[in-house]
Amino acid sequence: MIQGRAWKYGDDVNTDVIFPGKYTYQPMEPEEMAQHAMEDLDSTFAEKVRVGDVIVAGKNFGCGSSREQAATCLKAAGVAAIIAPSFSRIFFRNAINNGLPVIELAEGTEEVRTGDEIEIDFEAGIVRHSGSEYRFPALPPEVLAILEDGGLIPHVRKVLGKSG
Amino acid sequence: MGLTFAQKVLAQKAGLDRVDVGQIVEVEPDVCMSHDNTAAIAKTFARIGVERVKYPERFVVILDHTVPAATEKYAQNHKEIREFVAAQGIQRFFDAGVGICHQVLPEKGFALPGRLILGSDSHTPTYGAFGAFAAGVGRSEMAVLYATGRIWLKTPASFRVVLSGKLAEPVTAKDLILHVIGSIGADGALYRSVEYTGEAIEAMSLSSRMVLSNMAIEMGAKNGVCAPDEKTFAFLEDRAEVEYTPVFPDEDAEYERVLEFDASSLEPQVAAPHAVDNVSAIGDVAGTPIHQALLGTCTNGRMEDLRLAAKVLDGRTVAKGVRLLVLPASQEILLAALREGLIETFVRAGGLLLSPGCGPCLGAHQGVLAPGEACISTANRNFKGRMGSPDAEIYLGSPATVAASAVAGRIADPREFFQEDR
Repeated sequence: MIQGRAWKYGDDVNTDVIFPGKYTYQPMEPEEMAQHAMEDLDSTFAEKVRVGDVIVAGKNFGCGSSREQAATCLKAAGVAAIIAPSFSRIFFRNAINNGLPVIELAEGTEEVRTGDEIEIDFEAGIVRHSGSEYRFPALPPEVLAILEDGGLIPHVRKVLGKSG
Repeated sequence: MGLTFAQKVLAQKAGLDRVDVGQIVEVEPDVCMSHDNTAAIAKTFARIGVERVKYPERFVVILDHTVPAATEKYAQNHKEIREFVAAQGIQRFFDAGVGICHQVLPEKGFALPGRLILGSDSHTPTYGAFGAFAAGVGRSEMAVLYATGRIWLKTPASFRVVLSGKLAEPVTAKDLILHVIGSIGADGALYRSVEYTGEAIEAMSLSSRMVLSNMAIEMGAKNGVCAPDEKTFAFLEDRAEVEYTPVFPDEDAEYERVLEFDASSLEPQVAAPHAVDNVSAIGDVAGTPIHQALLGTCTNGRMEDLRLAAKVLDGRTVAKGVRLLVLPASQEILLAALREGLIETFVRAGGLLLSPGCGPCLGAHQGVLAPGEACISTANRNFKGRMGSPDAEIYLGSPATVAASAVAGRIADPREFFQEDR
């Protein structure tokens, strides 16, 4: 169960505005990436985001470059989940692989405003906002397993029998 | 019901008779590509706890995004990559200057019909121009491929994009794909496999087909493929690293959508800031002042692109106040352009020659934009901040449009220059 504040964005938010290319080929730890999260879209985000916040966006979230830092920086910034009607394919995979839940949901998202309270019940597959409930489809078991293990690397370590 | 190209390749790789749309399969890609992000991937690989790359012969590593290194950080990054490929026995390593990954893989004969190729770069679908199933993945996934050689993929639904008629110079494949993306939108083919077909494709060079496959991701596609033909086989004759078996879709394959476009009546197209699907005919943006013109990248840095631009620039000069940057996509292309005298044409016109690589396309290297500047580029993305300042503007067009605009100092219709020649 997640309860957090919403950050609302529009359609086609691309990975260049989430994490600019000028940082993409510089070695950087996730905590430093978080300082640049959403830099070219919303200059207030990195400073004001709190652990447990939820991004609610329009269609095709994370389109563009395959840069995984776009998912890593949001996870490191404390984002608990992203809700959007659709995600770009590579961003979707990167988010799951970073242990960042992505929820494909169109219904009800248009009414959400930045600062609204959002509740996500993953077990029941329900998003609650402003007194309404919206159901979202479950991820395929292969994909859910990665998310539940905290991301691809811990998942693969588990599968390969590596300790810890 | 028959199978699409995507279904056939994924079924083959999964060792199954058929796979259905939506089915998740475990597969081993034939080739995996990474570039300047390899040092970061190597660090993630180390976290898995596997010491050796399982199949070093399946990996290709190319330095192209920030070459030659402009900062100490980039230099350190490259150094770590050189050490990693040496330690892991990755033989197919191409250092700074050989070219852009999406050009080098085909040139070296790694991009072959029927192959499954994954790259930690979103423009990996480029190899679809050679009949490969090619898609982008993330860095963690590449690290896991190092460790296990395996990955899960979902079988996508397919679109058939029928391109009828023939393109008439100076209208190019770039104008065509911008028109398609503008028509269906940045998510118009989201998660779909796109099969390009039709008279325009048959008439097109492989370089032009690469433009279509390269930009499939800009409409959200997982991959974009052109069926291999005699042109493909001729290109690969002295290049293919191994024997290959082309894969073609069944005649009765099931497509979610069939989209048709006419190439013959197309005008030059331009994508305006800050979205690739913000496309209009050249007339709508002509006259917009520019400060920089970029000719090159994995989209349009090949010989036919340089030749077309040279037709415009031969005997003319770049407008005062405009910087024309020229980046051939590879060393092989740079050499060919030198032999043909194209480089001399560009430099005499006032152009600035940069070494083969990605250059300023993604804002990480030389030739970036200052606030308030505008650039017309042959690249594939015009997102806010993509080429430096978030307060700069990027327009996307064909090599002919970029060259014409460089001469005019404002976005210009290349047809004006080609009429003069006749």
